[in-house]
Amino acid sequence: MSLPLQIQGLKKTYSNGFEALKGIDLEVKAGDFFALLGPNGAGKSTTIGIISSLVKKTAGKVEIFGVDIDKDFSKAKAGLGVVPQEFNFNLFENVQDIVTNQAGYYGLPKKTAMERAEKYLKKLGLWDKRNGQARGLSGGMKRRLMIAKALVHEPRLLILDEPTAGVDIELRRSMWAFLNEINQAGTTIILTTHYLEEAEQLCRNVAIINEGLIIENTSVKNLLKTLNKEVFVLDLKESIEHLPVVEGYDLKKRDDSSLEVEIEKGQSMNDLFLQLDRHGLQVVSMRNKVNRLEELFVSLVSKDKEAS
Amino acid sequence: MEARLQLVAFTTILRKEIRRVTRIWVQTLIPPAITMVLYFIIFGGLIGGRIGPMGGFDYMTFVVPGLIMMAIINNSYSNAVSSFYSAKFTRSIEEILVSPTPNYIILLGWLAGGVFRGLCVGAIVTVLSLFFAKLQIHNLAVTIAVILCTSMLFSLGGIINAIFANSFDDISIIPTFILTPMTYLGGVFYSINLLPDFWQTVSLFNPILYMVNVFRYGILGVSDVNIFWSFLGIIGFLTATFLWCLYLLEKGKRLRT
Repeated sequence: MSLPLQIQGLKKTYSNGFEALKGIDLEVKAGDFFALLGPNGAGKSTTIGIISSLVKKTAGKVEIFGVDIDKDFSKAKAGLGVVPQEFNFNLFENVQDIVTNQAGYYGLPKKTAMERAEKYLKKLGLWDKRNGQARGLSGGMKRRLMIAKALVHEPRLLILDEPTAGVDIELRRSMWAFLNEINQAGTTIILTTHYLEEAEQLCRNVAIINEGLIIENTSVKNLLKTLNKEVFVLDLKESIEHLPVVEGYDLKKRDDSSLEVEIEKGQSMNDLFLQLDRHGLQVVSMRNKVNRLEELFVSLVSKDKEAS
Repeated sequence: MEARLQLVAFTTILRKEIRRVTRIWVQTLIPPAITMVLYFIIFGGLIGGRIGPMGGFDYMTFVVPGLIMMAIINNSYSNAVSSFYSAKFTRSIEEILVSPTPNYIILLGWLAGGVFRGLCVGAIVTVLSLFFAKLQIHNLAVTIAVILCTSMLFSLGGIINAIFANSFDDISIIPTFILTPMTYLGGVFYSINLLPDFWQTVSLFNPILYMVNVFRYGILGVSDVNIFWSFLGIIGFLTATFLWCLYLLEKGKRLRT
């Protein structure tokens, strides 16, 4: 069975000479929930732009479900749904028309388009707003409209470019649940995001792109295994004036009532608590300072920068 | 994309364009009607009465076909340019570009939208003109054919303008500095036989002259130019513009980076 997405030696140099992609290879398997991560300007949106035909590649090969985009882009695009970063609908059109028009561009007859629009607008909580103009929607609703629009032709591969940017936590979580649902129903999903917690929660595989090159391509599980340090925040019952002397641990004072400690992989924390106890300090709660994937991401990108 | 699906995509674009024109009818249909009524009153009624006959007809009857054609030209152009550029500006054009819809269907959809508005305004202006002049149709086939060809040609012109435009200023430059002067000097208000030889020759390089005259022939049966060669020229021009427009879309000019 052909892969939903296969990229070989993809390069893009813009007319101003900026080399956005320096030859990337990528494979996404059927049913996967795949994260494409990278800092701003790394080449994520360029890659998505090429896959969706909005950006012209300089070199390389892209196949969508085995169809080479250079040979039959029209056929390749039929199975693809894209949710770009920026809103790309007419704000003066009504919500239902925006979705049914999108269906029409994929050749769906009016009746099917109406049924699908109802299905996805209901699923995404926009059915009540169907007769209003899109400019009347909140930011979160506009994001959901973008997803409804991308799903209306029921693509087998869905690409989302930072779909939850600027969305509140509650809505983000409901969108995660929705994306998980459609992934479990068989849709392959590729996601770019700045919220690394999102990638950790949703995705099975991940590629990290930096300065136009893939610097890591593995499963989220394997990636997290390589993490050898974690920073914890310890909240104390009472406030302290000075940092206590604790041997064998890199301890820092965050404020009067919390400490920060860096723990290496496999290092026991029992001794830390014993030493703190000796100082008369009681730890009432403990949490990760930053998201684990975020830590790893920062370390990989900075390592790559040092190497280059 | 199968032909059946392409037809759905085409009707989707056209339906969207029709909805747009009718939703903002106060901006799209009323202003040209008011402008043309003013033209009828001022050029036809007030000034025209003192001019005397032209081309064998009283001035009002002579000027009406030219004014109808002017309305069709302006509105076909402005519909295509504003609609296509707005789609570019709001990025809603991407909705179609990422879909399997072929470029020629995108082009035909916007072209049909421009023709729809051109014909709507043409029909309104024609009805209004009946309050000022008695019109007869000399040759219905020529009249319909030249209206359609002209409307299509200027819709394509609007799309090309929108493709190259980088700002809303850019979509008003061509209509202001090129289209309006060419229309005014294209025999709408006068017969080129009135001009000195040199200016008559210069006028022959203005494509709008042929469209206005062929249309005037269809209505009144008189023309300053040869109808057959004019038609051939219009069709040639239309084909070349269509192919250029399609080439720009295929290349993704200012649409795909």
